[in-house]
Amino acid sequence: MARLLADFEACQGYGNCITGAPDVYDIDDDGKVVLLRSEIDDADRPRVEEAARSCPVDALSIED
Amino acid sequence: MTRATGTVVVVGSSIGGVRTAQALRTEGFTGRIVLLGRDADLPYDKPPLSKQLLAGSWDTDRITLLGTEAAEAAGIELRLGVGAARLDTADRRIELADGAALGYDAVVLATGAGARPSPWIAESGVHVLRSLADATALRRDLDVDGPVVVIGGGFIGAEVAATARTLGREVTVVDPLPAPIGRVIGGAVAEHFTALHHRHDVATCFGVGVEDVRGRAGDLWVRLTDGTELGAGTVVVGIGAVPDDAWLRDSGLLIDDGVVCDRHGRAEGSPDVYAVGDVARWYHPDHDEHVRVEHWTNAVEQAAVVAHNVVRPDDLRAHRPVEYVWSDQYDWRVQIVGRPGTATRHQLLGDLDGAGARGAAVYTDDSGLLRGAVTVNWPKALVICRTLMGAAATFDDAVSRLADLPARRAASTR
Ligand SMILES: Cc1cc2nc3c(=O)[nH]c(=O)nc-3n(C[C@H](O)[C@H](O)[C@H](O)COP(=O)(O)OP(=O)(O)OC[C@H]3O[C@@H](n4cnc5c(N)ncnc54)[C@H](O)[C@@H]3O)c2cc1C
Ligand code: SF4
Repeated sequence: MARLLADFEACQGYGNCITGAPDVYDIDDDGKVVLLRSEIDDADRPRVEEAARSCPVDALSIED
Repeated sequence: MTRATGTVVVVGSSIGGVRTAQALRTEGFTGRIVLLGRDADLPYDKPPLSKQLLAGSWDTDRITLLGTEAAEAAGIELRLGVGAARLDTADRRIELADGAALGYDAVVLATGAGARPSPWIAESGVHVLRSLADATALRRDLDVDGPVVVIGGGFIGAEVAATARTLGREVTVVDPLPAPIGRVIGGAVAEHFTALHHRHDVATCFGVGVEDVRGRAGDLWVRLTDGTELGAGTVVVGIGAVPDDAWLRDSGLLIDDGVVCDRHGRAEGSPDVYAVGDVARWYHPDHDEHVRVEHWTNAVEQAAVVAHNVVRPDDLRAHRPVEYVWSDQYDWRVQIVGRPGTATRHQLLGDLDGAGARGAAVYTDDSGLLRGAVTVNWPKALVICRTLMGAAATFDDAVSRLADLPARRAASTR
């Protein structure tokens, strides 16, 4: 299992993470990212890492 | 068959190249990865160059894409400050500008694009904006009091105008088109962007060309085709970008305003050569044509697809993105999805005027399908349209989904 982190201050609502992993990330009415889950399985990790790397302001990270 | 070992050379050390190198590791590549960049600076990101970095609110560290430690941890060999000069596809070799050579099993071309050079040559004080060095030099001149003329009213021109205005400069934007952003979003919606300049006391000369720029920094003259002369301390020329493909001219690759690739990002006829980002012209299966896209998100998404294809030639993926680009201009966060420029009809929701603007233009054509959307200060609406575009939803569906959203953002967020 890996833990999902988001820097809500940094998030600018660009929405790239949601396109990459809509089951993990969403956006609220104010345009801030929402974590739909707090942890992910190792099997999901490459895909979610890819989605996190698509954030233009580096607001998302994944921790062991 | 998978390719997990050997040497992959990635040429170009900005977003496309960095994300390709990182994604190769995610895909399980354990061989050698060399990231080659002409820039001596650590890999950095471009969008902030016209926004936060130019404004001075972010420093260079904040735009670094890959530091020395992160590169080491990922096993990415950084070779910076030396450009690739020649690609030899027969011998699978890259010749470098300093005379050295690098062999590869696969190469990913991510050399991006350079600013289209100014056709008007003055003694000094005329800038283009593409690299960190460009941004630093421009910022220095913007710190000096004096009017700024921005030639080119596209995204970068508009962003530079907004930033220069924030720095207290008097700004005029010149463009031969009557509504410069109209090419991308249609003339009617583009009018709102012209009004945005005016609301911030930035003058526009749209529908007028530039004949000549003369003088030196602090004392420049811009002569327009209608005879007007604009005095300027600094001139910024933002008239588009040209793919950095000249070094590939004798490589035998098919070059046509970019490296021509198949849907998998492989250069036509050279299966070990791939291209990503601004330099790639690839076959987009949904559009049934070759396209080249100068958007950050495209470079990132294409990097992931190409890295996968390099490692898994037995399981090739096609790169078939829905176009997406953002732009920050004054107090507007603009987000554009799809191809609004190809649509014939649009509907406005919310409000695209005044200081509290928050709205969307949603586009369609005879098909009745959603063809694109432009949102202003409304990320939620953009995300919905982007998801719907991916699902081939109808225009009516998109309009009703947006109409159902709460009308105003909670007052507490600003
Ligand atoms: C000022 C500015 C603002 C922007 N704002 C936005 C925005 O708000 N939203 C958005 O979506 N997009 C924006 N973009 C576009 C976005 O930045 C580009 O689409 C993206 O940078 C493309 O990435 P790339 O890696 O393909 O190419 P590039 O970023 O062009 O990088 C290519 C790299 O390759 C290097 N290189 C070139 N030739 C060689 C060679 N022969 N050998 C070795 N290295 C070489 C270059 O030095 C460069 O570092 C902006 C661009 C600029 C310039
Ligand atoms: S991609 Fe980054 S900025 Fe965009 S919504 Fe996700 S976290 Fe926020």
